[in-house]
Amino acid sequence: MALPTYEEVIAKWDPVLGLEVHVELNTQSKMFCSCATEFGAAPNTQTCPVCLALPGALPVVNEKAIESTILIGLALNCKIAPYSRFARKNYFYPDMPKNFQISQYDEPICFDGYVDVEIETEEGAKQFRIEIERVHMEEDTGKSLHVGGATGRIHGADYSLLDYNRAGIPLVEIVTKIVPGTGKYAPEVAKAYVAELRDILRGLKVSDVKMEQGSLRCDANVSLKPIGSDVLGTRSETKNVNSLRSVERAIRGEMIRHAELLNDGKKVKQETRHFQEDTGLTRSGRSKEQAEDYRYFPDPDLVPVTPAASWIEELRASLPERPSLRRKRLKEEWNVPDKEMAAMINADVLDIVEATVLMGADPTKARTWWLGEISRIANEKELPIAELAITPAHVAELVELVAKGELTDKLARQVVEGVVAGEGTPSEVVAKRGIKVVNDDGALMAAIEKVCAEQAETAEKVRGGHLPAAGALIGAVMKETKGQADAARVRELLLGHLGH
Amino acid sequence: MINKTAAQMAEALAKGETTSVELTQAHLDRIAAVDGQVKAFLHVDTEGALAQAKDVDARRAKGENLSPIAGIPLALKDVLVQKGVPTTAGSKILQGWHPPYDSTVVSKLKSAGVVIMGKTNMDEFAMGSSTENSGYGPTFNPWDLTRTPGGSSGGSAAAVSSFQAPLAIGSDTGGSIRQPAALTGIVGVRPTYGAVSRFGLIAYSSSLDQAGPFGRTVLDTALLHEVMAGHDPKDATSINAPVPAVVAAAKSGDVKGMKIGVIKQLQGEGYQKGVQTRFDESLQVLASLGAEIVEVDCPSFEYALAAYYLIAPSECSSNLARFDAMRYGLRTGDVDGASAEAVMSATRDAGFGREVKRRIILGTYALSSGYYDAYYGSAQKIRTLIIQDYAKAFAQADVLVSPTAPTTAYKIGEKVDDPMAMYLGDVATIPVNLAGICGMSLPAGLADEDNLPVGFQIMAPAMQDQRLYQAGAALEAALLSKWGAPILSKAPELKGAK
Repeated sequence: MALPTYEEVIAKWDPVLGLEVHVELNTQSKMFCSCATEFGAAPNTQTCPVCLALPGALPVVNEKAIESTILIGLALNCKIAPYSRFARKNYFYPDMPKNFQISQYDEPICFDGYVDVEIETEEGAKQFRIEIERVHMEEDTGKSLHVGGATGRIHGADYSLLDYNRAGIPLVEIVTKIVPGTGKYAPEVAKAYVAELRDILRGLKVSDVKMEQGSLRCDANVSLKPIGSDVLGTRSETKNVNSLRSVERAIRGEMIRHAELLNDGKKVKQETRHFQEDTGLTRSGRSKEQAEDYRYFPDPDLVPVTPAASWIEELRASLPERPSLRRKRLKEEWNVPDKEMAAMINADVLDIVEATVLMGADPTKARTWWLGEISRIANEKELPIAELAITPAHVAELVELVAKGELTDKLARQVVEGVVAGEGTPSEVVAKRGIKVVNDDGALMAAIEKVCAEQAETAEKVRGGHLPAAGALIGAVMKETKGQADAARVRELLLGHLGH
Repeated sequence: MINKTAAQMAEALAKGETTSVELTQAHLDRIAAVDGQVKAFLHVDTEGALAQAKDVDARRAKGENLSPIAGIPLALKDVLVQKGVPTTAGSKILQGWHPPYDSTVVSKLKSAGVVIMGKTNMDEFAMGSSTENSGYGPTFNPWDLTRTPGGSSGGSAAAVSSFQAPLAIGSDTGGSIRQPAALTGIVGVRPTYGAVSRFGLIAYSSSLDQAGPFGRTVLDTALLHEVMAGHDPKDATSINAPVPAVVAAAKSGDVKGMKIGVIKQLQGEGYQKGVQTRFDESLQVLASLGAEIVEVDCPSFEYALAAYYLIAPSECSSNLARFDAMRYGLRTGDVDGASAEAVMSATRDAGFGREVKRRIILGTYALSSGYYDAYYGSAQKIRTLIIQDYAKAFAQADVLVSPTAPTTAYKIGEKVDDPMAMYLGDVATIPVNLAGICGMSLPAGLADEDNLPVGFQIMAPAMQDQRLYQAGAALEAALLSKWGAPILSKAPELKGAK
């Protein structure tokens, strides 16, 4: 039987979401020891007796990680617990040195919050409130690389390599309550939620929030229930969702997979699934039919976390502007149409455009450059826009050069190409490449006279009052001056020359 | 020289009458002569000890300001990691492991110039009360080599009582310093929880473990106590407060006007007659010195043993999970095609002894979903009740007292097949651990029926460790003048001794 289409799925089924996001904090040192946390160091070079779980070693909490977590909780409208504890989650796995993970269980540091997200629909903007169950701290595990075997998993591998550099990096887990009522928008709401979280975290400067490097990881829980039913269906939990686009695809894919099973009268298995970036489908992972018993208990090596109320208020006062409010403000300040605003958010250029505007560029011009030519180059090179060699300062300079008439839009595009190629600032590129607007009227007049002589018939038409014909002549003059002329000045001189 | 107290040795060193190298060599010779019978040491670091001694002598020669016990040799329980020196916690699973770091206690000893002669035998991972659970065979009581020295710090206690070391360090999770001190006729102190850093102390039960000193006198014990205690930022449960003035208290030794509370629940039925007799006598001595003796009621102590045998195994089931053959220690079953899980399982089966397995299984069960509240949860409530009992008792008395152990030293093998009988030996020491307070055991004489040492236990509130020493020193002095000679002079000579 063929897979149901998405339209068929939503006609019959109502999705319920649950999202767990893991955020690696960007603290200088690990959660419970003073090892460095830098990404990409040689394996096992950032380890010590504590994060290797040598006999006798003890954990001590990183105060900065607590501060970051409280900031996250406050930004997500959570309550902050005056007393919370770390708990041990016990299970054996080679990449977890202690064979327990220090986490928080029934006493999370932040709880009961919410995030509002907005998505664009054919009926206009729609808002959804995502309720936050809890925000808690834990430590990351090491990384295993299973060599040999068919699946790349521990079972069947010839041998495994372990890197404990990541073991003990502070993680914050943000868990939503179940999210009902998103209907056909479920995939987009989930994506918008993760994007909003990412923006909030970035604004707080507590994490690199790089999904592709794993510093922001999303586990998406989905279940379906018949429309109108109150009974929740069985959920699957999809891991390995490494981009915003994947969040949307994974949920859409799971909705279709669940619907196919349910339509056939089969049951959805409660299990962990892994998202496959290439196919957009999920693959069955560990079965959760038999719930694992983690034997949580308060970690006796650590003392309770008891942040002072005055400290919490200090942190609250230090919170940056909420991303949704900021977007609203920028939209008004810059006077941007809805569609353009959405395009900027989608292309993830809001920060970079704002930085450009703050350097003096006209908002519309700044937006046009980043969203147009520069985005096009980024797409062509398949690079995130932020990784191109061009900066907000460059674009602000470029806008200024155009405004002063030192560059035409066309020439400015050549300059952008040079800046991206690493040739220096716009002024440096202009100098090196010898790019300049020809505004020497004498040179322009010579070209005009030459063109009018070559195309005498057309020139006569213009002289006789048929102005649209001037376009061909202007084009020819521009060609003659290798595009370095200011087209407006050419038009002015040409028409003067032909008696207008 | 080896028969002197640590304080006397320190004085001789200060006066230049001897050197640390001489003193250390004398003790190494004694170890070579008698430890074949006592088996107190798992590892003797002859070279390292003499190098440390030489270094301290050089520092002294240069006129450096040294700690009061610089140059004194010491025996270290194998539960504390020492960089480069084999550390096993008495378990086969750690055989051959050379730690790459020093525990905080070892760092403090090194910087105080104390000479660490070697690592002493213990019940595996400190689980036991007789040192018979060691993966490397039992330690024998110097008073009677057919008997146990108690445990789990039996190696350290036996080393001090057989004059192989003037000082030793043990750890006390349920009585593992105080009980072997009692059974071998020496002084042992379990300091307040958090007073001595646990960093580098191989964990058995994190909320109960505490390292502490052994000595042959109250003053010697205080000298070591003061060196090893103090706040450590590497241990989150370490108390950030000054070390109580235990040496000054040991020197003053005065109980005039002190209120001493006798715990009703920790005497009488179940206590050996000779133990009770020596305990009662000691009370009379204290009263004659001007102390006021009162009786206090601690009804929750009845449940202490049960609570302990839920909390300690629960924590140990998690603490010992790290011994998985992946990064250090024993690895067995790593043959072609064996999965990581199979290797972990085979290694833990081969490396852990019976008592350790028993407690891991007990603790795993107690923490399991559906049983947590009934077992671990209830045990924590008992713990709260015991803390409240102590609070009430300390409102009536400055220190509390009891016999340290219900019996004198028992025969090797006598209780190995009866864990409950073995566990009952800790009934008087465990409440201190559950409440996180401090306790001392010091010799109260020999039991009439077997001529074996009896321990007298003193307990004080958290961070009031100096009260132990103040009362202990007074009792010690009075008993010494009564006996005419230290109790250890009554122990039989060991074969091979000069």
